[in-house]
Amino acid sequence: MLAVLDYGAGNLRSVTRALAHVGCDFEVTSDPAATADAGGVILPGVGAAADTMAGLGSRALLEPVKEYVRSGRPYLGICMGLQVLFERSEEDDGTPCLNLYDGAIRRFSDGLHVPHMGWNQVHQNRKVPILEGVPQDANFYFVHSYFAPTDNRRVVGATTGYGVDFLSVLHDGNIFGTQFHPEKSGAPGLRIYANFASLCGEAVKGGI
Amino acid sequence: MLTRRIIPCLDVKDGRNMRGVKFSADKDAGDPVELADYYNRTGADELVFYDITASAERRGIMRRVLEEVASQVFIPLTVGGGLRNTDDMFEMLRAGADKVSLNTAAVDHPNLISEGAERFGSQCIVLSIDALRVPDSSPSRWAVWTHGGRRNTGKDVLEWSQLGVELGAGEIVMNSIDADGTRDGYDLELLNTVTKAVSVPVVASGGAGNLEHFYEAFSEGGAHAVLAASIFHYKDFTIGQAKAYLDEKGIPMRTDYE
Repeated sequence: MLAVLDYGAGNLRSVTRALAHVGCDFEVTSDPAATADAGGVILPGVGAAADTMAGLGSRALLEPVKEYVRSGRPYLGICMGLQVLFERSEEDDGTPCLNLYDGAIRRFSDGLHVPHMGWNQVHQNRKVPILEGVPQDANFYFVHSYFAPTDNRRVVGATTGYGVDFLSVLHDGNIFGTQFHPEKSGAPGLRIYANFASLCGEAVKGGI
Repeated sequence: MLTRRIIPCLDVKDGRNMRGVKFSADKDAGDPVELADYYNRTGADELVFYDITASAERRGIMRRVLEEVASQVFIPLTVGGGLRNTDDMFEMLRAGADKVSLNTAAVDHPNLISEGAERFGSQCIVLSIDALRVPDSSPSRWAVWTHGGRRNTGKDVLEWSQLGVELGAGEIVMNSIDADGTRDGYDLELLNTVTKAVSVPVVASGGAGNLEHFYEAFSEGGAHAVLAASIFHYKDFTIGQAKAYLDEKGIPMRTDYE
């Protein structure tokens, strides 16, 4: 079963609407034990790092998520669900994160209009299973003020440019994260959910 | 490269989509759910729904429109009109909106912006400003009007924009009352002044009559997005035609929507 973790993220229902549209089975849960036997975990997210960490913490989900990601089973983090995998975020004067990957989440520089809001191209650096069928440099919808680094080339699935080249898709085995919002990115975004569900062994019965 | 956005605006009254000209005419332009689907298929980058009647019971209508649209249209949705507190905002976000747009209520209670940003994040909070040029002002100034362009607040548009961003607005919709419904083009000086003065994206609204007007809003006005209603509702142009035109003229556009 695909578990969508509910820790108060604002975009939870957008994500579940997209999953319902592609027609795969999933459960929305905030039960820390749910990650133990989940076939795949989706961590939605939007907003601030501190709120995300606090939301996970207050539901006792921090350790289960860490353990789950370390187990190498399929994980898809959306926006904040990608950012919290790193060491820390510079947001709110520094927020410690899950520390599963080295590096800090940094803010876009002052000369740019922030948030980085709108459709931008996702440049695939290699073959990434969740991007199967998604054309090179396809546009996806972003809305964020902070970004993840590309220093660890081993996990760079795709990058996007806004003043800097930042990490737009993290790919480490079965661990994935997208800085953009697939649930708000039309057909290519729905394709990502369908791909992830298939990778978790779920039947995909709907349309894109 | 970040593309510039084209955002059709659907004015919803009693569950139907209505056109607005200088905030008054109300020729019916069809079912909002069908229109949303049509715009999505033809390349809209986002959709905005304005509740132009905005009374408490009508929020239920808007909620149902949003729920229906959000289950079949997977692009960002913004809703505005009559949202007075964070519970109203929550109701719309839960129904499927990604952003809420505040106008009169934010002028009356600026803390509504910070309360919304605190509860839902700045990326959810759009500050919509109705601006009317102050006659014979030099340098040019604009006053903030509210209540659908019926009441002069005396506030300066530039100062209000900056305060709104400080309070936590993540985007500004700059609507020119002078230009609205004229189809003579956006107020480019207003756009240029505001985009240079604030750090968040600015959406141009009011006055689009042809494709050149979109081009000017981006190239001269510095807008990050354009909002338009009647130019698309009556199929003078499709969004696809607008995008092809702008792409040709060097404005970065999302053209891979099909």
